[in-house]
Amino acid sequence: MALHKVLGIETEYAILIRGAVDSNPIAASSVLINAYVNDLARSAAAASTPKVGWDFEDESPGNDARGYAPEGTMAPEIETHLVNAVLTNGARYYVDHAHPELSTPECADPRTIVVFDRAAELILRRSMTAANRTLPPGQEIVVYKNNSDRKGNSYGCHENYLMDRAVPFGRIVTHVMPHLITRQLYCGAGKVGSEASGVPVDEVPFQLSQRADFFEEEVGLETTLKRPIVNTRDEPHADAQKYRRLHVIIGDANLSEVATFLKVGTTALVLSMIEDDFLPREFTFVAPVQALRRVSYDVSLRRPLELTDGATVTALEVQWELLDRAKKFGEEQGFACIGGEDVGAEVVRRWEEVLTALETDPAAVADQVDWVAKHRLIDGYRERHGLSWDDARLAAMDLQYHDLRADKGLASRIGLQRVTTDAEVELATVEPPEDTRAYFRGKCLQRWGDAIVAANWDSLVFDIGGDPLRRVPMMEPMRGTKAHVGSLIDECDTAAELLERLGT
Amino acid sequence: MAEREQKKKPAPQKQDEVVEEEVPQASETGEKIKAELDDLLDEIDEVLESNAEEFVKSYVQKGGE
Repeated sequence: MALHKVLGIETEYAILIRGAVDSNPIAASSVLINAYVNDLARSAAAASTPKVGWDFEDESPGNDARGYAPEGTMAPEIETHLVNAVLTNGARYYVDHAHPELSTPECADPRTIVVFDRAAELILRRSMTAANRTLPPGQEIVVYKNNSDRKGNSYGCHENYLMDRAVPFGRIVTHVMPHLITRQLYCGAGKVGSEASGVPVDEVPFQLSQRADFFEEEVGLETTLKRPIVNTRDEPHADAQKYRRLHVIIGDANLSEVATFLKVGTTALVLSMIEDDFLPREFTFVAPVQALRRVSYDVSLRRPLELTDGATVTALEVQWELLDRAKKFGEEQGFACIGGEDVGAEVVRRWEEVLTALETDPAAVADQVDWVAKHRLIDGYRERHGLSWDDARLAAMDLQYHDLRADKGLASRIGLQRVTTDAEVELATVEPPEDTRAYFRGKCLQRWGDAIVAANWDSLVFDIGGDPLRRVPMMEPMRGTKAHVGSLIDECDTAAELLERLGT
Repeated sequence: MAEREQKKKPAPQKQDEVVEEEVPQASETGEKIKAELDDLLDEIDEVLESNAEEFVKSYVQKGGE
């Protein structure tokens, strides 16, 4: 049986400092995050201050899922001296390279991850407000949720999926590759023009994906150059004997909740079907990297892709096949692996709705699919004002679609469908999910933040005075839930009592 | 394929040919989206970056990940 797909999203946001002559994005990212954390500390509502540092003890981003030993040749991916906070909702909020990054807590189903992805946006928006109060008049920090500056610099929105270690990595590669190449159809965030060299705007005036231009390899460990479609980082942040964490680096950051829901929901289903060997048909592309771009560059959605067996398929045909299998999978095995029958049925329903619309009348999902929404908006503006596709006003609209300021962001004005409610998103800025180990992390930070000296995905380190520091391991992502530890945490008055009852 | 064919929406029809009660749900949504888009385009000049060329030029990020 497929393993429960514990899910996470890590988003690097773009940051601009407007009105400043000389701006340093690393410093600005630190100002942004510190302003938010300090605001929380000052507010009476905050149960404790998220000043806890990140613990790098178990980080090993150089390990390769194909079984190679880490060679020590990769530059450290994490600059440990920069701001690094753990929030009471179980998320990590930090400076990565030259961007603010927020990693959601572990979530147990694709709807909950949308709630926490939206909560992350709200946290970034509040961070902007807090930071801008501290800046000189005329200066403003603005955050964008996109993946490219249109000049060849890209930053990521990575997904994480807990998988069964026993599944051969080669099988994952074979079957997840065609999904990652074709899911752009509904989770692409859209882009005016192309940043690949030698692709003029008259050839590609608009493409489905922000990221397709930046991928050059099929499989590999890199994330910053020669990016691979399937990333092999092998760092489970859990019991490595039992689990792997598939790190998907190819996705766009979505503004549409439906797009995020489908991006994670369909991928979690495809990975579950891979675990259970439920995908009989292999789509092996002759040239996967070219196929990725071919799909992204084709707003007609009709271009055939060559397979190694001599046949051709369209991206839509690949997606219909995966959907058909997912329906059968649900009928035969149920959707427990992605959080239950209701959420599974909703993934399948929405998946079918977008594929049907994309095949017949893409405009019908302009309120669900980011690239369709952006394309209609920008193409509508272009026609109304008689502009050519290389006009700077269209490029500006492309960027502004992703502006997280409520009054400026075009995505927030276009009437995108909601999957979440404002109330649950608000709650998710401070409360952890109840059904993963993030609950234990978040609740301990709320209750005993002062006694926790470090946290990471798979442990908490307590300092209760006198004794040596005590590490509480959390190697099982589906333990430490409210059902497991809710009453224990409620019954304990102090961290010392908690540790004693945990037997650490 | 056959199962899918049946689920496809009817092709979009001209509004004057359709009695209001019979407008399919999806087209209604489509019309609503189109009306919203027109409204948004009407007001969009006030929201857009005032100097598009300068804005696009100054929008520079370092690579990440």
